[in-house]
Amino acid sequence: MLIDHPLLGLRDSSEFIYRGDAKLLYRPNWKSKNSKTKFIDYGYLRKNPAGVHKELWYHEQGDRSWLVVTRNTVTHEILKVELARDTKGKLK
Amino acid sequence: MRNSSHPITNKQKLSFTFNGKKYFGYKGDTLASALIANNVKIVGRSFKYHRPRGIFSAGSEEPNALVELGDGPYKEPNTRATNIELFDGLESSSQNFLGSVNFDFMAINDLLKNFIGAGFYYKTFMWPRRFWEKLYEPIIRRAAGLGKLSLQADPSQYDKGYLHCDFLIIGSGISGLMSALLLAETGGEVLIVEEDFILGGRLNAETSVINGNQSSVWIGQAVKKLKSLKNVRILKRTTVFAAFDHGIFAAIEKKTDHIVEKSSKPRQINWKIYTKLCILASGAIERSIVFPQNDRPGIMLAGSVRTYANRFGAYYGQKIAIYTNNDDGWRTADDLKNMGLEINAVIDTRKEIEALSSSIPSYLGQTITKTYGRKGIKAIKLSSGSKLNVDCLAVSGGWSSNIHLTCHKRGKPVWDDNFKNFLSGGNGQKDKIIPVGAARGVFEIQNIISDTNRVILSLIKKICLSMPNRITLSCSKEQYRCALDLVSSSDPSNSFIDLQNDVTQKDIELSFKEGFKSVEHLKRYSTLGMATDQGKTSNILGLASMAKLKGTNISEVGTTIFRPPYVPVAISAFAGRSRGKDFRPTRLTPSHNAASKRNAVFVETGNWLRAQWFPEKGEKFWRQSVDREVIQTRNSVGICDVTTLGKIDIQGKDCSEFLNFVYTNAFAKLPINRVRYGLMLREDGVAYDDGTTARLGENHFIMTTTTANAPLVLRNLEFVRQCLLPNLDVHLISTTDSWAQYSVAGPNSRRLLQKFVDKPTDITNENFPFMACRELTICGGIMARLFRISFSGELAYEIAVPTQYGNALFDALLSEGQEFNAVPYGTEALGVMRIEKGHPAGNEINGQTTAQNLGLSRMISKKADSIGNILSERESFNGPNIATLSGFKPVQHSQKLEAGSHLISEGKKPTMENDEGWLSSVAFSPTLGHYIGLGFIERGGDRIGERVFAVNLLQNKITEVEIVSPHFIDPEGIKQRG
Repeated sequence: MLIDHPLLGLRDSSEFIYRGDAKLLYRPNWKSKNSKTKFIDYGYLRKNPAGVHKELWYHEQGDRSWLVVTRNTVTHEILKVELARDTKGKLK
Repeated sequence: MRNSSHPITNKQKLSFTFNGKKYFGYKGDTLASALIANNVKIVGRSFKYHRPRGIFSAGSEEPNALVELGDGPYKEPNTRATNIELFDGLESSSQNFLGSVNFDFMAINDLLKNFIGAGFYYKTFMWPRRFWEKLYEPIIRRAAGLGKLSLQADPSQYDKGYLHCDFLIIGSGISGLMSALLLAETGGEVLIVEEDFILGGRLNAETSVINGNQSSVWIGQAVKKLKSLKNVRILKRTTVFAAFDHGIFAAIEKKTDHIVEKSSKPRQINWKIYTKLCILASGAIERSIVFPQNDRPGIMLAGSVRTYANRFGAYYGQKIAIYTNNDDGWRTADDLKNMGLEINAVIDTRKEIEALSSSIPSYLGQTITKTYGRKGIKAIKLSSGSKLNVDCLAVSGGWSSNIHLTCHKRGKPVWDDNFKNFLSGGNGQKDKIIPVGAARGVFEIQNIISDTNRVILSLIKKICLSMPNRITLSCSKEQYRCALDLVSSSDPSNSFIDLQNDVTQKDIELSFKEGFKSVEHLKRYSTLGMATDQGKTSNILGLASMAKLKGTNISEVGTTIFRPPYVPVAISAFAGRSRGKDFRPTRLTPSHNAASKRNAVFVETGNWLRAQWFPEKGEKFWRQSVDREVIQTRNSVGICDVTTLGKIDIQGKDCSEFLNFVYTNAFAKLPINRVRYGLMLREDGVAYDDGTTARLGENHFIMTTTTANAPLVLRNLEFVRQCLLPNLDVHLISTTDSWAQYSVAGPNSRRLLQKFVDKPTDITNENFPFMACRELTICGGIMARLFRISFSGELAYEIAVPTQYGNALFDALLSEGQEFNAVPYGTEALGVMRIEKGHPAGNEINGQTTAQNLGLSRMISKKADSIGNILSERESFNGPNIATLSGFKPVQHSQKLEAGSHLISEGKKPTMENDEGWLSSVAFSPTLGHYIGLGFIERGGDRIGERVFAVNLLQNKITEVEIVSPHFIDPEGIKQRG
């Protein structure tokens, strides 16, 4: 696969580490009610859809950017690639 | 036999061996064409029934002619004789027989054929269960199967290569060459990949006329033109074997397989090709027809018989019959007749057509009901009852577009009823593979020319490149019509569908009867198409057969899809140069040379090679060296390379807030020039990593990690920095490789380091106490960092210098340390001393233990949020009965402890229910004179003095141990603070 890195252009997926569902960006507030349950959901419940999915990729063999890649897990078509720090607060 | 007037006979004569016998061929031959020219008919035995088999095809699709090449470690099994370029001295042999290929003892299986159909092994060898692994499976595996491996390491070199292009053209037949000529004019980078060792594809096998000449003239002109262009590259002997996402393809190039001398050049190159567009000009593959005894040597695909005759001047026998359901069979008859061979008959399954050649005896609307000749076909019997003597039967069941690669990304083929052929149904992706020519289901040459022009020009137009002129070629006109009469068998158990896996018509019927009717079930139950050829010549026969049984048509039955690799690829080619010691990079510590000079024994820790111990003269056993290193360090001073621990430089005005978040304990109030021990958890509350972090400035910290976790901790810190706390001003970089770092430990460590530290820096206890750190210079101006930290429990320091000074500093510390009897120590002594001191390491922080287990729960600050903070509060991690880090010593001091032993109370059975903990690290303590261990046991802190049993069921050893403090030496920490 090729990932269109927002700063570096097309890079081979072998340069990246995969970390799955981008919901990991949204860590619960530790002071919130039922924080333990929320952290368990956060840590263990991930989406794994057959279709469009937002997921985290880390450019470890490159510039060490964490990316949010919107990818169709069936066709492997990559629809969008953003720097994780830019997407923060924009996606849910 | 060889046509003596064929131009190949003017080429260099080559000698080769097959099954030990010497033969001759010509340069330009394949092993298969040379064997045919020498009238060798039996080339192998079939997979299951060990029936004699001969060459069937002329390309990668070959199911029968699998041979072993070479000798000794160079031996390569399962290569297709049809793909092997002949060279002088080639050694080859048949495989899968017991005895000789002409008399195979395993052929008894053929007589038992009626009993060992599809599913036989599964059904028969079910019981008794335990017999499977030891008895049934080894016997079946030996009887079935293909060639044998040499069981020696492959001495050849293999390389990996990377290519980038705009247009990848797979195949160099007429449509491939035309596509290349047109696309090259756009200025884009064109890469042509051809499996054969000559360019031209199918044209080389035909007598087609282009622009009034033999097609070879046009091929020559086209290739000359392409070679003159800077933006065109041609790879011959290269097979694209896989299509991946986003325009990435894998190809294997045979570099020196066809060269006699084993050279230093790589044997094969595994190319990874990145392209914007792929033009698939892979042509078509002919299929057979199902009829009784249709697998005899001498029965071949008609198009392949034509290939051998036209391209190589090679043929079997003088009496040739053609069996066809389409017009192309007649073309073979014509070509052979024009060569002067006798054509006995053309048997066409189609009743309604007229004979396409008046001078050949033709049998229309007839089928073959029987064949004769076990070791080579001798005669055939027709449905009309007539019997004909033949020594070669050329069969054509029509042509299938070679769309293997369009399936690799799950593209489903679609049925074309016009040419009775599966076409590419697209590959479900944006990055399309564009078939042209026969791969697109266009079979007649005049149509291939016009269609390729149209497809490529409209493609160029679509991507807005400058338009080249269409290529005008005049050519001989062809006609191709095909019927779907593929299955006409009266003797299903002897009518073969898949030659390589010995799947018969009867197996398909059995599948149907037992309910395995869907193509996916049919494939797995009968193994149809599951051999190394992936059923290139046979799948359609199986599908047609199932369609007939179901009373439907092939498009209803559907098809399975092809998977990579298109042809088998040697594992070595995937490994490339990453073999043996080069499997992964080796990282050497800065003191590696200094340590080698002192005869260090090295150990692999991850990618690193670290000194494990330093044997001295007279020391025969590793413990002697390790004990000495420990005692010398504890008595005076020892030096150990600790460069491999991860070092992460953290800067920015928010870095103390950042550290508070990634560690469980607070760092914000750590004074400048001080070091603090930190514990990291995972978000699930389990202990992750530990290390010391030093504060060099208000906004500058140096974090250390364990050796194993160095890259992972940086990855996770970056995750926190970019994904969880993106608004903090923090910057991270790994400096593990930039600084050589040595532990200088022992009561004389300060005196030794005072000889190095430049004035006026004062490292006395008052001015440089335990857990102090400082940037300073040593040896008259060399930049250095000094940390007063101790893993051994001794008065100890770690000193870091830029890596280039590392080897010299290690030497200097030892030579300046001679007056103190300084000793280099390795990872074993390091481990012994940390166990003696009770410091946890990888065996304790192993991804299964918590801060509570480690006795570090007080380190989890509840004043601020940190990774893992909330989930460390889980019930199961807390409570009075959790296992805690404890020390253990054998009650009988002479007894040895084993790491991994489980701890069981007296009088209880060693079962899981009674398991109270385990020993994680053990060592012989030379300081105490007996074995000691660290481990975890329920309520460990409250049970000091209690005796339990360390049970090692693997070695059947039970040792009585006493629970003690994990700090075996200096529990108050007086030495390290002194």
